[in-house]
Amino acid sequence: MGNLLEVRNLSVSFFTYESTVQAVRDISFDLAPGETTALVGESGCGKSVTSKSIMGLIKKPGKILEGSRIYFKGQCITDFTIKEWERFRGKNCSIIFQDALASLNPTMKIGRQIIEVLNNHDTGLSRDEKVKKAVEMLAMTGIADAAGCLEKYPHELSGGMRQRVMIAMALIGRPELLIADEPTTSLDVTVQAQILEQMKQLQQKLNMAILLVTHDLGIVADAANKIIIMYAGRIVEQGPAREIFYHPVHPYTKALLDSVPRIDRDRTKRLRAIEGNIPDMANPPKGCAFCGRCPEAMNICEEHAPVLRQIEGPHAAACWLNELHTIHGGTDA
Amino acid sequence: MWKYWCKKIIRLIIVMALISFLSFAVIYFAPGDISSMYITADMSDEQKENILAELGLDKSMPEQYMAWAARAMRGDLGVSLSNKASVWPQIVSRLPATILLMGCSMILSLTLAIPLGLWSGYKKHTWIDNIISSVAYIGMSIPAFWFGMLLIILFSAVLRLLPSSGMHSVGAESAFDTFQHIIMPCITLSIGNVAVYIRYIRSSTIVQLSEEYVLTAEAKGTPKIIILFRHVLKNTLLPIITLMGMNLASLVCGSFIVESVFGWPGIGTFAMGAIGSRDYPVIMAYVMFSGLLLVLGNFAADILYTLVDPRIKRGGTLDEG
Amino acid sequence: MKDNIRTFKKELFSNKAAMFSLILLFILITAVLLAPLSPYDPYKLDAGQKLLGISGEHWFGTDEYGRDYFTRALYGGRVSLLVGFLSMLMTVAIGTVIGVFSGYAGGRLDTFLMSFTDIFLALPSMLLMVILNAFLQPGLKTLVVVLSLFSWASVARITRAETMSLKERDFIVASRNLGASNIRIIFVHIIPNILGPIIVAATLSVANAILMESSLSFLGLGVQIPLASWGSMLQGAQAYILNYPYLAVFPGLMILITVLSFNLLGDVLRNVLEPKIVK
Repeated sequence: MGNLLEVRNLSVSFFTYESTVQAVRDISFDLAPGETTALVGESGCGKSVTSKSIMGLIKKPGKILEGSRIYFKGQCITDFTIKEWERFRGKNCSIIFQDALASLNPTMKIGRQIIEVLNNHDTGLSRDEKVKKAVEMLAMTGIADAAGCLEKYPHELSGGMRQRVMIAMALIGRPELLIADEPTTSLDVTVQAQILEQMKQLQQKLNMAILLVTHDLGIVADAANKIIIMYAGRIVEQGPAREIFYHPVHPYTKALLDSVPRIDRDRTKRLRAIEGNIPDMANPPKGCAFCGRCPEAMNICEEHAPVLRQIEGPHAAACWLNELHTIHGGTDA
Repeated sequence: MWKYWCKKIIRLIIVMALISFLSFAVIYFAPGDISSMYITADMSDEQKENILAELGLDKSMPEQYMAWAARAMRGDLGVSLSNKASVWPQIVSRLPATILLMGCSMILSLTLAIPLGLWSGYKKHTWIDNIISSVAYIGMSIPAFWFGMLLIILFSAVLRLLPSSGMHSVGAESAFDTFQHIIMPCITLSIGNVAVYIRYIRSSTIVQLSEEYVLTAEAKGTPKIIILFRHVLKNTLLPIITLMGMNLASLVCGSFIVESVFGWPGIGTFAMGAIGSRDYPVIMAYVMFSGLLLVLGNFAADILYTLVDPRIKRGGTLDEG
Repeated sequence: MKDNIRTFKKELFSNKAAMFSLILLFILITAVLLAPLSPYDPYKLDAGQKLLGISGEHWFGTDEYGRDYFTRALYGGRVSLLVGFLSMLMTVAIGTVIGVFSGYAGGRLDTFLMSFTDIFLALPSMLLMVILNAFLQPGLKTLVVVLSLFSWASVARITRAETMSLKERDFIVASRNLGASNIRIIFVHIIPNILGPIIVAATLSVANAILMESSLSFLGLGVQIPLASWGSMLQGAQAYILNYPYLAVFPGLMILITVLSFNLLGDVLRNVLEPKIVK
């Protein structure tokens, strides 16, 4: 079965008056239909820019650079016209943002905002059918009084409810891909779990792929099939969730894992925060971007950037430590 | 909510009291004796004192003010010094002309400013935005009365299309005649406000377009132009209501000048004449009516705002929104 | 500060309109200052020369009393600009003092001063100015006082807000702990640090004052004969508007250019000095 989405050599830069910020630097990855892939990294690592690129929502001064390609079911969406994008968004692919309150129009009733998706894409449904569909969708996301909710304004709902509304809005067009950009970050922990569970159930019901963009490896653990770790605009490690959790290769991945509380870990080992800050993306370092914070950094790391290289099956990492293993294995240096 | 409205109403009363007191004080302390308008040289001392007492002019300023205020609240605005007629009916008969002018100007301002401001903000930093913004800039910097004079030169002197002053041609009573007469005063009165509104709507549109809900709407596949009208428009226009309330002061003051440029027979021209002859009951009456118009307009704007913004209507308090 | 000047220059030179307005203002002010060099007497009446129209000799023509209109306009500009600058100074002085004290003191005094300010903002200032001017002795001094009396409120609002955000900063708290008096803190630490917004407000208030002065003078409530300002020249021109429109065009154009330039300059200054405002 072919891939649902293929990202090839995606680079996105923001051209401001003073500098050019290279938010995403030449990344490639695939999403399989029906699967959940987690895109993990600190804020500012380029994960949100990546997800917006897939939706064609990069705004000035940002620009997707020449040579970047994104294919959706084999079709190159980076060449889309405005009209094609309008057909694509909400129908083939939807996105949920972190801050549901800001993402909903404060002066428009929930119902109108949800039904707008159906209006945008010629569904041939009557008004009543659209309303019925909206109610169904809201009920599916676990809102008790779905019909009453249609008549409410965003500020009248709780944070969890608003995020459910966002999900309903994203899914009513039955997209094949849902991008969830930090969908639970602004919510209470208990609500977080409910929302994630809900998304999982909906995924099975509607058979769609999810790209879960988050900084929190903790919520990824039982949600994702595949994990992509990003750092400073590049993919540093990717692979099946189990591989990433049990055999991380890149020191950054290890550091991320160390900063997440886990039950299966030795109690005596303390949670660790990652020291230092991400590099300035207007002047990305010549070598490995993580080098300055890396506990295992070597001389070569400062001078040359490692490339993403396969480790075992689909598991790959961009780290000189990994290269060393391969050298020992006998390939060229 | 109740507390909020009580505060508002108290503010209104203070503003009205202050306006009237300030005007009264200015007139009272102005050089030249008001009583000289009533007293002639051939009166006896007793007669003079009688008149002073009758007018209350023998009392102190605060006492006089209180007396005036008490009468004004009963609707008695005194007698005009120049034509010895009661002020109230004279003001009331001229009020419709002023209100008509202001109302037309308000409608014109909004119908021009809303589309231009939206368009300008939507197309920010393009040539069309530059043109609209420049025009708004000029509108903000131009003396309205001079703009009115230019209109008269162009439309009355050169093109001979429109009458240069008054509200009716002699003998004509048709609505079309009045319409012809109101065009230039209305444009003149509107120019400043149009400029202010355009600038406001433009920047508000730019801010709204950068809000996250716009991104959401776009992610739903909503065309840009529909986002502009269905999502952005309402959020942009809500604050305009407050702005209009605040701008009423400039409308009131503007109409005073515009009426005098175009000889518009409203309360402004009436007051202008009264200022020349120091007819203080008329001036006070004018100030009170203008103030009232202003204050009530502000109040109406507040009420309207709470009615149309769902965040306030259901939220309970204003601060939350 | 040096940085500010650099950005200011960059902004100014990159913004053609602002550059243009600055040049215009420079020319205007120079011309107005050099007005006595004109060969004509702005006050001498000459019945034989009246309403001559535009010519090489009289660039703006002559007025109804035979005076050279260009010279009149230059002298009128002196008055208009003088009123503008003086009332700006007074407006800014009153507004800054009230705003800074209110913001610095906080508490009841702040509440009181700000409700006072709000009420002033809500007044139909133009009307009250008209009445004040009508009953006081009209003239330059009255104009300046009256104009500033009704303009300080917005300056007070701005300076108060700036002071509020400044007064909790570490360096202010530190100097307070070191025993600096409140007056000293206000004048040495606060006011110099909010100069940016004050300058912006000052620039815009010159524009506003000139505009209001012209309206008052147009109504005959501004400077009195034989002194003339652009506004009072327009008042004179009103009677001749249908036959001698040039009399109405020139002074108004001068007002427009001046006010426009000051407004533009104020906006450029705002972009430079108050970077938090979204363009």
